[in-house]
Amino acid sequence: MIKITINGKPVEVEKGTTIYQAAKKVNINIPVLCYMELEDMGVKHNPGGCRVCVVEVEGAANLMPSCVTKCWDGMVVKTSSPRVLNARKTVVELILSDHPFDCLVCAKNGTCDLQKMAQDLGIREIHYQGEQSTYREDTSPAIIREMDKCINCRRCETMCNDVQTVGALSGINRGFEAVVAPAFEQNLEHSPCTYCGQCVAVCPTGALTEVDHSNHVLRALADPKKKVVVQTAPAVRAALGEEFGMEAGSLVTGKMVSALRELGFDYVFDTDFAADLTIMEEGTELLNRLNKHLSGDKEVKLPILTSCCPGWVSFFEHHFPEMTDIPSTARSPQQMFGSIAKNYFAETIATEREDLVVVSIMPCVAKKYERSREEFSVNGDSDVNYSITTRELAHLIKQSNMDFHSLEDKNFDSPLGESTGAGVIFGTTGGVIEAATRSAYEMHTGKHLDKVDFEELRGMEGIREASVDFDGQEIKIGIAHGLGNARKLLEDIKAGKSDFHAIEIMACPGGCIGGGGQPLHHGNSEILKKRQKAIYQEDAGKKIRKSHENPFIQNLYKDYLGEPGGEKSHELLHTKYFDRKKRWIKK
Amino acid sequence: MVKHKMHLLVCGGTGCYASANGDLAKALNEALEISGLQDEVQVVTTGCFGFCEKGPIVKVLPDNTFYVEVQPDDAEKIIQEHVIKGRKVDKLLYTDPDKKEKIADSAHMDFYKKQIRIALRNCGVINPEDIDEYISRDGYQALGKVLGELGPQKTIDTIKDSGLRGRGGGGFPAGLKWQFAKNNESDEKYVVCNADEGDPGAFMDRSILEGDPHTVIEAMTINGYAIGANTGLVYIRAEYPLAIRRLKFAINQAREYGLLGENIMDSGFDFDIQLRYGAGAFVCGEETALIHSMEGERGEPTVKPPYPAESGFRGKPTNVNNVESYANIPVIINQGADWFAKIGNKNSTGTKVFALAGKVNNVGLIEVPMGTTLREVIFEIGGGIKDGKKFKAVQTGGPSGGCLTDKHLDTPIDFDNLVKVGSMMGSGGMIVMDEDDCMVSVAKFYLDFTVEESCGKCTPCRVGNKRLYEILDKITQGKGEPEDLDKLRNLGTVIKETSLCGLGQTAPNPVISTMENFWEEYEQHVTDKKCAAGSCKNLMQYHIIEENCVGCTACARKCPVNCISGEKKQVHKIDQDLCIKCGNCMDVCKFNAVEII
Amino acid sequence: MAKIKSLDDLKKMKSDLQDKINIREQGENPDAHVQIKVAMATCGIASGAKEIMDYLVQESEKRSLDTVITQTGCMGYCHSEPTIEVTRPGEEPVIYGDVDTKKADEILEKHVKRGELVDGIIPVTHRTIDETK
Repeated sequence: MIKITINGKPVEVEKGTTIYQAAKKVNINIPVLCYMELEDMGVKHNPGGCRVCVVEVEGAANLMPSCVTKCWDGMVVKTSSPRVLNARKTVVELILSDHPFDCLVCAKNGTCDLQKMAQDLGIREIHYQGEQSTYREDTSPAIIREMDKCINCRRCETMCNDVQTVGALSGINRGFEAVVAPAFEQNLEHSPCTYCGQCVAVCPTGALTEVDHSNHVLRALADPKKKVVVQTAPAVRAALGEEFGMEAGSLVTGKMVSALRELGFDYVFDTDFAADLTIMEEGTELLNRLNKHLSGDKEVKLPILTSCCPGWVSFFEHHFPEMTDIPSTARSPQQMFGSIAKNYFAETIATEREDLVVVSIMPCVAKKYERSREEFSVNGDSDVNYSITTRELAHLIKQSNMDFHSLEDKNFDSPLGESTGAGVIFGTTGGVIEAATRSAYEMHTGKHLDKVDFEELRGMEGIREASVDFDGQEIKIGIAHGLGNARKLLEDIKAGKSDFHAIEIMACPGGCIGGGGQPLHHGNSEILKKRQKAIYQEDAGKKIRKSHENPFIQNLYKDYLGEPGGEKSHELLHTKYFDRKKRWIKK
Repeated sequence: MVKHKMHLLVCGGTGCYASANGDLAKALNEALEISGLQDEVQVVTTGCFGFCEKGPIVKVLPDNTFYVEVQPDDAEKIIQEHVIKGRKVDKLLYTDPDKKEKIADSAHMDFYKKQIRIALRNCGVINPEDIDEYISRDGYQALGKVLGELGPQKTIDTIKDSGLRGRGGGGFPAGLKWQFAKNNESDEKYVVCNADEGDPGAFMDRSILEGDPHTVIEAMTINGYAIGANTGLVYIRAEYPLAIRRLKFAINQAREYGLLGENIMDSGFDFDIQLRYGAGAFVCGEETALIHSMEGERGEPTVKPPYPAESGFRGKPTNVNNVESYANIPVIINQGADWFAKIGNKNSTGTKVFALAGKVNNVGLIEVPMGTTLREVIFEIGGGIKDGKKFKAVQTGGPSGGCLTDKHLDTPIDFDNLVKVGSMMGSGGMIVMDEDDCMVSVAKFYLDFTVEESCGKCTPCRVGNKRLYEILDKITQGKGEPEDLDKLRNLGTVIKETSLCGLGQTAPNPVISTMENFWEEYEQHVTDKKCAAGSCKNLMQYHIIEENCVGCTACARKCPVNCISGEKKQVHKIDQDLCIKCGNCMDVCKFNAVEII
Repeated sequence: MAKIKSLDDLKKMKSDLQDKINIREQGENPDAHVQIKVAMATCGIASGAKEIMDYLVQESEKRSLDTVITQTGCMGYCHSEPTIEVTRPGEEPVIYGDVDTKKADEILEKHVKRGELVDGIIPVTHRTIDETK
């Protein structure tokens, strides 16, 4: 142990502890800007670049960055001496001097780390003014890059390269022109970007934001000719409350339904319904492949990979195009919902496809891109017309003058609002495969499953594996969240070293609860754990917890689709994948 | 065929020429003709002897007699006494200031030579593309000695005892650095030669690599053996094609001779060297940035510790030294640590190579013992200021250094002294400035460089230096306000204190040191809107002197913006608001009626 | 080329090479010849050293002068590039600066042929390692 003194307070820390961490132990919060740590995900980003966290260390000529400087025995540190404060304020002023002053109309207004920093430091004047960097705005189907607002914290770069191993963003140019961008300063669309949105989730300023579609939604709601249907993803209800000051992990399903209805949606449905449908299709596909495999078919591809995460789908299309025959062909719940709504439901309520507007509320940025994919539209009309994030929904609620807290709890509409506990847990890492296991077990063994909680599939470790006993048949399951972890499993499969039967992959750390469209967690991974807890809580409270037992799903097959994996199902609920490497690799 | 028996070398350096009261060479020739000796003795003018203090100088060959402070009047005496009678002219001999004796034996006159060539010992002497020439001058003997006799630890001890400090700028003791790299256990270690020379106007490393590539190869191999590394990497700028060619050539020759590769000199030690090319980013001279660049990463520094000795190239212990440091190594091993330590100062031993540039007569690559004063370098070796102008400042340490003034001229140059007076050794750029140089513009020039070369990783360097530059620019444009000076001070200090790497930490030095030493000049720019050196265009005015103007209209006709008015044969006037300061009016005026104020 | 196996190999090689050089430089030796070195670092080349070297080689041949002309690195006299060093057998080396073809011609005619020094000598302003002992 090492003994050090911070602001006169003695602290004892282990060797290797940084000044920043040591200070935290005695409740001294040194401000940080570029620093980011997601402990449970093993993500640590401390380039020591912003220099906001500098402190005075006795004996050192210069101020030292507390986020990287390790403590040594007998170190004496001052974190807020006049010298430190002058330097810190000057550094923040410098950042502000190269930052647009449009805070009031910025997407991050109120949630911006830089804004908070300026506020906390009481900066009232920027003494050093001069040229500001200007970059061309880059708009993609899901993410907008406004690099004028970039402060070079490079968190996005760490997420994109180290955590997600996507490699779309990196530091380019030097000096005052230094900025984070795709190679050759191309647009995101011409990069291997998967739109996972993790860059957006960690960006401290408004440099990276989602494409805002909330105005389109308002316009559709105001159009008397249109019937507007909304679907809400499972992870949204576990996080939306945070936007209204509620404790992380507050479940606000009922209030959310109420709010959506007040916004004027004609039908408030649940993506969870489509999640149950996904289990029917994906589960059937898994069992088919498994049975063929068990009967000695060498052609059959195993493991089967889940396909409900659009970031993940883009990832393998970009990085492993030679393996596009391994993932399940089942569409994601968002798209299954869109397809059923535009076909089955439109028919039910005797409305033309074009007059039915499908809106999805997603914890996700990539869903905006997914909905825009050509194969999910008919004659130019997308199955899902607009996809907005949890954050965008919160803005819609706020601007519609609702007091969210006093909203009554209401239920989803029927039939596309009815779901099981299995559909709910899609919102967290491990949930999809657990839901699939619940149904596949019963379908495969023909036996009733008493205990539906598969604890072995739950958790927060980046890569998990578990075996499930299917009545004597061992099923090996892999789970990865975060694309970097997914890459490891894919490399194993490619090398023929994988013995999994099924693998669930989610692009975002934590799964959808940590999606790029969720309320910002500002690097606090406790928030993700609380959201996860809420998801399991909702599941536990459901009467039906297996997708195939959802009576509305059963009716849908009986009345409309026929068999899971059948012809109609294939047409409406399955998809194909493309090689996207050629889009960014120049020949 | 006439064979000249005797040559009289007359220093034709500007310093000597100026202090000779008339033409010395002409006087000598005339004296020879009178005596009818013009065919026996030849007068030859030479460049500067580097002893301007005692000029004009005449050296007699073949006996090497060295006459100082020779005036044309002395010509006859030299011919009559020395040439004809063979008697040295006593009054013209140099007097030893300590012993108060005349030095008649000119063999002992070498002391006036201020330079000692250790790192440059072979440059300009051997053919760099011939390993035999290197070997004939003791080449690779140090390696042989290290492999055969010394062993790793004694080698490191020798370097430690020599007191050699890193010549790349920081001045960290080389032996200690080696020791750290040796002490860190690892299956793999690396030796890196930093040849990413980037200071404006500096070319010490290039000259060594081009003139004596084997010394670097030999030293790196010694380094590898001492710390336990089998791979050496030279990080060299791609803009140095000749250095690269000669180095590659030399590496191949060394391999052929078994001086690189497996089992070097039958010692069981394997070592080889590869080249890595830099794209010319100044920041890649910083060792962590350099290592990242070699790894194929973006060339930007990371926070130290960990130092490369602990985690360097590919995360392995790595020792990084610069070219000049390496060039000293074989000599230290061959001549011994004591010999080296005796040269120079106590805490800065040996010599330092400088690229002497700017407004001195003898610009060049020089190598002087530590402790030589700036005055000696500028006024003796450098031969004084060009065109008889007044010395104003000398900039050492490149963009990281500071500007020193005449009050620092007698500072003995070493690592610590230069830092004490607000500059630094740096890698060896030395730029001399005269009265025509505006110090605010000089500071701006260096800031322009660092702004351009900052990697952009940390805020103070990326934005802070840009702002410093902008303030300086504002001042040189005549728009400076008094509070700008406070801003420069505070911002400069914060950048120094908070930047991530050496580039940012030293970038404000040119500003801080010029503010320190030339405060009045800053004040003048800001309050009087005047630039005494006349280099800030926006701060000067062309003005017509009424008494001299005859109204010839020449200036008005040449003015590209028609800002000069006045009738024929009337005094003309310049409209200052329109004037673009092109200077045409001054050039065409035959009556000296245009002045700059 | 046989590999050098030891320090002794190296020392022997050095003394052999040294002997050869001495023969080349001894005034009385019939094999002795005038050595000319041209400073050919980048800066020298940029100021025309290559042209001078070519000129010297060509002219030596034309005038049947017994010279050996080699390249070397930077001599440090940036103020007077191109620079060359001329060593007549048994004599001290002499360095000339600002050598153009006219000067080179003069050097060949006077210094190389007849041992007469020519204007433009650069006095050596440094000591060597041996001179510091």
